[in-house]
Amino acid sequence: MSKKRNSGTIMKKVALAGNPNVGKSTVFNALTGLHQHTGNWTGKTVETAVGTFSTKRFSYSFTDLPGTYSLLAHSAEEEAARNFICFGQPEPANDNSSDELTEHNSPYDAVVVVCDATCLERSLNLVLQVMEICPKTLVCVNLLDEAKRRGISVNTKILEENLGVPVVGTNAHDKKTLKRLTDRLDDLCGGKIVTKPRKLRYIRPIEDAISIVQPFAEKCFSCPIPPRRTALALIDGDKTFVSEIEKFRKADSSSVEELNGAIKRARSLLAENDITLDILKDRIVSCILLNAEEACDGAEIKLPQTVVHQSKADKILTSKALGFPIMFALLLGIFWITIVGANYPSELLSKGLFWLGDRFGDFMTYINAPAWLSGLLVDGAYRVLAWVVSVMLPPMAIFFPLFTLLEDLGYLPRIAYNLDKPFCKCKACGKQCLSMCMGLGCNAAGIVGCRIIDSKRERLIAMLTNVFMPCNGRFPMIITIISLYLVCATGVLGSFLSALALTAVIVLGILVTFAVSRLLSATLLKGEPSSFTLELPPFRRPQIGRILVRSLIDRTVFVLGRAAAVAAPAGAIIWLLANISVGDATLLSHITNFFDPFAQFIGLDGVIFTAFLLGLPANEIVIPLISMAYMQMGSLSEIAPAQMFELFNANGWTPVTAVCVIVFTLMHFPCSTSLLTIKKETGSWKWTALAFVIPTLCGIILCAVIANIARLF
Amino acid sequence: MRVCTLNEINVGERATVKALETKGAMRRRLLDIGLCCGTEVKCVGRSPLGDPSAYLIRGAVIAIRSCDCCGVIVRRR
Repeated sequence: MSKKRNSGTIMKKVALAGNPNVGKSTVFNALTGLHQHTGNWTGKTVETAVGTFSTKRFSYSFTDLPGTYSLLAHSAEEEAARNFICFGQPEPANDNSSDELTEHNSPYDAVVVVCDATCLERSLNLVLQVMEICPKTLVCVNLLDEAKRRGISVNTKILEENLGVPVVGTNAHDKKTLKRLTDRLDDLCGGKIVTKPRKLRYIRPIEDAISIVQPFAEKCFSCPIPPRRTALALIDGDKTFVSEIEKFRKADSSSVEELNGAIKRARSLLAENDITLDILKDRIVSCILLNAEEACDGAEIKLPQTVVHQSKADKILTSKALGFPIMFALLLGIFWITIVGANYPSELLSKGLFWLGDRFGDFMTYINAPAWLSGLLVDGAYRVLAWVVSVMLPPMAIFFPLFTLLEDLGYLPRIAYNLDKPFCKCKACGKQCLSMCMGLGCNAAGIVGCRIIDSKRERLIAMLTNVFMPCNGRFPMIITIISLYLVCATGVLGSFLSALALTAVIVLGILVTFAVSRLLSATLLKGEPSSFTLELPPFRRPQIGRILVRSLIDRTVFVLGRAAAVAAPAGAIIWLLANISVGDATLLSHITNFFDPFAQFIGLDGVIFTAFLLGLPANEIVIPLISMAYMQMGSLSEIAPAQMFELFNANGWTPVTAVCVIVFTLMHFPCSTSLLTIKKETGSWKWTALAFVIPTLCGIILCAVIANIARLF
Repeated sequence: MRVCTLNEINVGERATVKALETKGAMRRRLLDIGLCCGTEVKCVGRSPLGDPSAYLIRGAVIAIRSCDCCGVIVRRR
C-alpha cells in the first residue's frame, strides 16, 4: 500500500521474485545499490533483503525474496516466498483496512518476477502462479545476452501479449536495460498500464470445483489474494496455506457450514473424475506447466544449430578421469597463489606496523606515560593487533577474490555434483559441499549457507560439521606453522610444498567431515538421505572488477575488522595476565600451568591451549597470542619468521607439536560468531553445545593419538 | 527397450516422460523443475563417481540422483 514519505514522493512496495540463479540479486543490487551477496549458484539468497531506490515519480521499497521454482510451497524458503507474495510482511493485520470483500487488496503495489531468458518456459511457471495472486505483475526477462549467445531469442512484445502484463528484457549488468524496467514499473504503479493478466486455466473438473467453492470463499474471507485462488487452496487443503488464509476469516462469518459443504461437494466432484486429493496438486502443477508452454508460444525462438546445452568445459570438469584431479589442482593452485602472494606484503606490513609500534612506544615515553600503561597499550593491545593484520590481511585479500572468482564462474555446484555420491553414502546431502566451500571463507557464512539444504536432518549435519573446513581466520595460521616447521625448502618449491601440505590439511578436514556426518546419521541424526536436485547453471563470465571490490570490501574488511576488534582487547588481557603476579608467579603462568599437563598429553602446551581458549571470539589471534605469551616470559622485541622459529623452539616446540597444533586448529570449537549463528539457525542450545563438543572431542582424540604415538619413538 | 526409467538412459540420449511414479516430496520437486508427462529430457552427463546424473529439462541442467528418478518412466527417442 502506498505511503507518503516525508519528502513528498509516494512510497511503493514491490516484491522481487524469481527462479533460483536467474540474476535476481544482481537486479536487486543494481537497482538499490545494496550489496546482497551474489554468486553463480542456486540458493544464494537465503534471507529476504529490503532495499530502496527512487525514480522521478516514486520511491520504491524493494523486497528480494529467496529464489523459488513455484509457489506451491514445499520447502521453508518457498513457503516464505509464497506468504510474502500472498500476504506481505508478517505483520499484524491492518485494523483500518477496508472489509470490502470484493476489493483485491494486495500488500504490494507490484511484484516483479525475474525470468531466465535461457529457460523461459520454466520461469513462466512461476510467473503464472504469481499473476494468479497479484495481477500487478511485471515480468523482467533477464540474461538476454546469455540467451543470445546460446541461440535463443525472446520476443518480449509477443510475450507481453500472451501474458497480459508488462514484460521488459534486461541484462542486469547493463544499467541501461534496467532503465526500461524502472520506467515500466513507474507506469504500472502509477496506473498508466492496466494489466489483463492471462488467466490460469485448469482442466474442466478443477474449474468446476473452483466455481462451486469460490462464492462461499468470497463470503467467508477478506483475503488479500483473489477468491479464485483462495477457493483452490481450500479445496486442495494445503495445511500451511489454509492456516494463513484462516487469519483473514471474517469475524461475523455465518456461512462456515455452507463453505465446508461447498468444499465437500467440490472434492466429491473431483473424486468422481478420478482426481483424489493426492493427485490434485499434480494436476494443478501439470496445468500450470501446460499454461506456461502456451504462454511461451511464439515468444521464444530457438536456433537449434547454435544451442549448446552443456559446455565442453563441463565435460572436462566433471569427467571421470579429470573431475577429481582438477578439483584438487584448483584448491592447490588457489592456496599456492595465496601463499606466494601473501609472503612479501606480509613481511612488509609486519615491518611497517612494528616500526609504527616502536614510534608509538617512543611517544608513550615522551609523554611520560606510566610503564604499565605503555606496556598494556603498546606491548599488549597494539602488538597483537599489528600481528593479526600483518599475518591475516594479505592471505585474505588474495584468497577471497580468487574464491569469489570460482563462485561467480559457477564452479561450486560442479564440486557438489562431483562429490554427491560420497555424501549420499554418508547419508548426507551433496549440497553440503556448497556450505563447506563457504566455510572455507568464513564458517558463520557457511552455516547460514546450509539453508539451501531442504531436509532438516541433513541441514543439521552440515551445520555441525562445517567447522571442519578451516576458515580464513585459521588457514593463514596453518600456513604459518607449516612454513616454520614442516617445509624446509625455500623459494618456489617451498611455497608449492606449503600449498600441498595445506591442501592435505583441507583433505583431512573433508575426510573428517565425511566420518562425522556418517557417525551423526547413525546416532543422533538417524535417517536416510533425502532427495537431491541441484541445478548446474551455465558458466558465466565473472566480472573481475566487481569481484575485486566486493570480495575485498564485503568479505576481507568485514572478517578482518571482526578479528581486529577482538585482537586489541585480547592482547591487553594477555599482557595483564603476564604482568600481574599472584604469589610467586604471574597470572598467565598460573593459568598455563593449570592447563599444561592436559595440553602436554595432547601434544600442545599450556600456552597454546590458553591461546585457543582466548581465541574463541576470533581464531585469527591464536598465533599472535601464543607468541605474546612466550615473549612476556622471555624477552624479544621483534618478530620475523626466523625469530618466531627460535621463540617457539625455546619454548619446547617440536615438529610433533606443530602437527598437533595444526590438527587442533582444524578441529576445535567454532568461534563465538559461528556458535551464535548455529544458535540462531537451529534455535536450540542443544545443537549449539554439540557443535562445540563434537569438533573439540575429535581434535583432542586425534592430537592425543598423534602425540602419544610420537612419544613411542 | 524403448520404455525405461530416467536413470537408465545414457549420456547423450533424449527421452520423453511418459509417467511419474515417484511419490511424496520428490514427486513435487520433480514437478517443480518442470518434469511432467510429455516433458522432453536429455541426459547430458554423469558425475565422476557415476551418480548423480545431469539432465537437460526445459532449458536448465539439473543434477538428479539415480534413486530419485528411477520412478520417472520415459520413452527413448
